[in-house]
Amino acid sequence: MSDQVQEKESLFSAKNRKLISNAIGKDNPITVQVLGICSALAVTAKLEPAIVMSISVLFVLGIGNVVISLLRNTIPQRIRIIVQLVVIAALVILVDQVLKAFAYEVSKQLSVFVGLIITNCIIMGRFEAFSMANKPWPSFLDGVGNSIGYGLILIIIAFFRELFGSGTILGWNVFETIGLYDIGYVNNGLMILPPMALIATGIIIWVQRSRNPELIKD
Amino acid sequence: MQELLNIFVKSIFIDNMVFAYFLGMCSYIAVSKTVKTSVGLGLAVIFVLGITVPIGYLMNEFLLKPGALVWLDSEFIDVDLSFLSFIMFIAVIASMVQLVEMIVEKFSPALYASLGIFLPLIAVNCAILGGSLFMQEREYQSLAQATSFALGSGIGWFLAIVGIAAIREKIKYSNVPGPLKGIGITFIITGLMGIAFMSFLGIKL
Repeated sequence: MSDQVQEKESLFSAKNRKLISNAIGKDNPITVQVLGICSALAVTAKLEPAIVMSISVLFVLGIGNVVISLLRNTIPQRIRIIVQLVVIAALVILVDQVLKAFAYEVSKQLSVFVGLIITNCIIMGRFEAFSMANKPWPSFLDGVGNSIGYGLILIIIAFFRELFGSGTILGWNVFETIGLYDIGYVNNGLMILPPMALIATGIIIWVQRSRNPELIKD
Repeated sequence: MQELLNIFVKSIFIDNMVFAYFLGMCSYIAVSKTVKTSVGLGLAVIFVLGITVPIGYLMNEFLLKPGALVWLDSEFIDVDLSFLSFIMFIAVIASMVQLVEMIVEKFSPALYASLGIFLPLIAVNCAILGGSLFMQEREYQSLAQATSFALGSGIGWFLAIVGIAAIREKIKYSNVPGPLKGIGITFIITGLMGIAFMSFLGIKL
């Protein structure tokens, strides 16, 4: 194996940095790998829950990847899915209890979607595709990169939906302050409804693929 | 009886898993290329939901919720195990999915081959865990209510995936802009279908 080569690598070598930049850009979990969309779309009507959700996923995926990577040689192949689910579920219970204790309002808004981080396919996907075969440090970077890529899309969608749907950002009245209502603007209620999240994602995919033609497959 | 019917219809159309809550989107997008495979996956989801939600209900009622262990001994009245529900539900789901996998492999090898990796991935289909979690959150009163909610949600998911698969089969022949082909247009069509389904919100049940 290439163990000797890897040991000489610095912590932020070009290869390791690529783990993060790729996951944000042309290997983005949501728009390119099409993973973890369920929870991504449901929490994006407001910016605040979207940010909390991204941080929770960052935590679960970052730590989970390291744990799986440390255990990777001891997990029997046949029961690996159950082992992975147990690791994820334990981390998610931790996140859920912390949120309930310190950010009860947000955890009410997120309702079942904190629990659904367990079935967020990004996490299983990264466990299967990366940390089962890599050392802890690259796995950690991969987890961080992927959850940043995930969070970025979440925050972009939530930003536009909250801005146009309610005229606010993080609860602060933007449109009222700049006086848009005085000249006759009305909040676009459609943006808060669930289907707009899907259409917004579709548009982000459209923009991203037009800028990176190599992503176009069929 | 009427209440059961209300829950059933409501969970198919109004609280549709795909269009109202975006649950199970990953497999919804990945497996909806042909109607045939999506019918298979849809049926598997109905089956798994129809089993796991009632089991989850019983577990919630007799093990997990605050004071649920009182049937064992009256001194357990203060025990609240609800923080364990994620791990209990996921264990039930993982074992049921294993069962479905074995059944499908035995009785329909062709379907088994065409579903491939997505059959075991039902275990991480959020619609399934979401079903159990919504059942817990909405506090259904009886086992019958939980079952009718589970079957309704499963059928709603089935309708959604078969619908999008039928549209995608046709859209292959149309002239979609290159960057939008594949998942891009699927997202947008799902959004439009979601808007159509929102008209059911007007029905008061």
